[in-house]
Amino acid sequence: MNHNRMHKTFAFELSRRRLLGAGAALSGLAGLALAGCAAGPSAGPSIGRVVIVGGGFGGSTAARYLKLWGGNVDVTLVERSAGFVSCPISNLVLGGHKQMADITRSYDGLRALGVKMVQGDVTAIDAAAKKVRLAGGAELAYDRLILSPGVDFMLDGTPGLAAALDSGRVLHSWKAGPQTVALRRQLEAMPDGGVFAMSIPKVPFRCPPGPYERACMVASYFKQHKPRSKVLVLDANPEIQSKKALFEKAFKDHYSGTLEYRANNELKAVDGMTAKLEFDDVKADVLNIIPPQRAGDIARTAGLLNMNNRWVGVNWLTMESTAAPGVHVLGDATFSAPAMPKSGHMANQHAKVAAAAIIELLQGKPVNVTPVVMNTCYSFVTARDVVHVASVHQYDAVDKTFKAVPGSGGVSAGANQIEGRYALSWADNIWFDMLAA
Amino acid sequence: MPFSHPLRPASAAAVLMVAGLAAPACMAQDAHLARNLAATCANCHGTNGNARGDMQPLAGVAAGKIVAALADYKSGNQPATIMHQIAKGYTDEQIKLVAAYFAAQQPRK
Repeated sequence: MNHNRMHKTFAFELSRRRLLGAGAALSGLAGLALAGCAAGPSAGPSIGRVVIVGGGFGGSTAARYLKLWGGNVDVTLVERSAGFVSCPISNLVLGGHKQMADITRSYDGLRALGVKMVQGDVTAIDAAAKKVRLAGGAELAYDRLILSPGVDFMLDGTPGLAAALDSGRVLHSWKAGPQTVALRRQLEAMPDGGVFAMSIPKVPFRCPPGPYERACMVASYFKQHKPRSKVLVLDANPEIQSKKALFEKAFKDHYSGTLEYRANNELKAVDGMTAKLEFDDVKADVLNIIPPQRAGDIARTAGLLNMNNRWVGVNWLTMESTAAPGVHVLGDATFSAPAMPKSGHMANQHAKVAAAAIIELLQGKPVNVTPVVMNTCYSFVTARDVVHVASVHQYDAVDKTFKAVPGSGGVSAGANQIEGRYALSWADNIWFDMLAA
Repeated sequence: MPFSHPLRPASAAAVLMVAGLAAPACMAQDAHLARNLAATCANCHGTNGNARGDMQPLAGVAAGKIVAALADYKSGNQPATIMHQIAKGYTDEQIKLVAAYFAAQQPRK
């Protein structure tokens, strides 16, 4: 049998079949089903209202794909920032190799697709009444809610940490935006011979390779502009958490004498610009603390943190919270499936699973029972040399979770400049994929 | 229909079941299966395969060409930075669906 031809023919003939069959297949929802099944974007009556909270990699992608795939779905995206600023590539800004404008995009592309953009904060969710409340009191009703809240920080276990971050002298820069700008300024203002210390929390945290990439980027800046300065990496974990051999090689090949990596150095307390560790104190000129993380505040407020009181458990076929029906949760906030990283790329993939499922659910149809997600993460070890980690995750119907496919995925053979170009193209493509601009 | 990588039997059965069910009727499901799978490639290869920058565009590329390229990545005949690792994550059936979907997409401009 010629599979090629079969599938090609099938794809070409599909829209006609959908047109012919939709009404008969779903008598009760015939009108709705026809609209969703056959129509292009924006034709026919609305099949439902979806409110999305959070315009990062997850939420923006969900908005884009609900419009792309859903025909006429009412989509409202609530985001507190006026524009999108990307965490991926933001370490290049810290290294002085890219500017903020390079990692900033507008939401105009989503607006042009008919997504209603609301700049604001969601303060409460009523899952029973299916509505959210905004700061200021306005309410938005929904048929399906998507939360893509990212992470917020757990500061209570580390004395002095909250005050240090509040002071603005100690930065996390683990959410791109003003914190990225501020940390870059601190690095520029630091005298040659100074110490940049970065604290990494125990896993799980957003973007496992991110801290090690950041160490490389800051070290690359020092090497060129402040050669007597030092990067001190204080890792709470027993070893580098992603692309270990590749980062170790980069540290040795490019930054020996500049960068010092210390494993098992968990932050115990903060006092001014001093990081207090188990066995010693480290006084830094620039202190960058990546705090321990949990699902974003709104997920906690909504009572969704049903995994370790920290993350949101989800049904991986729909991304629906196991704590609240009708509330779909994406990205870093979810309790990860085995070997699934908390990354922008993965949040984008979550969003596509959710968008596909929600469009079916709004029409009373069965959802895809064999979803696939994959991850690619490029890290810069110099301004041009990049290493990757990739994985593919197929849904396992028995264990009801995504599982990395044995034998697939892996890391770069070595740092290289070809992947340096791919990394920037990856960013360009994924930003366009989520924002349509 | 052979599966070239070790999917669990239950999952493999589910794939076959969906494929079998979807063909004759308007189960948007099966069409959407190809669409959903292809969307996993969009992060690098662009929405509906309309890639930007240095990435390989897939929109409008002949299905046979995509299937052959991925088979070569899987087997190692075609060296790659990353695609040899990613291709191994998809079954041959999934690759055929993805290839047919991209072949049917309109290249931009």
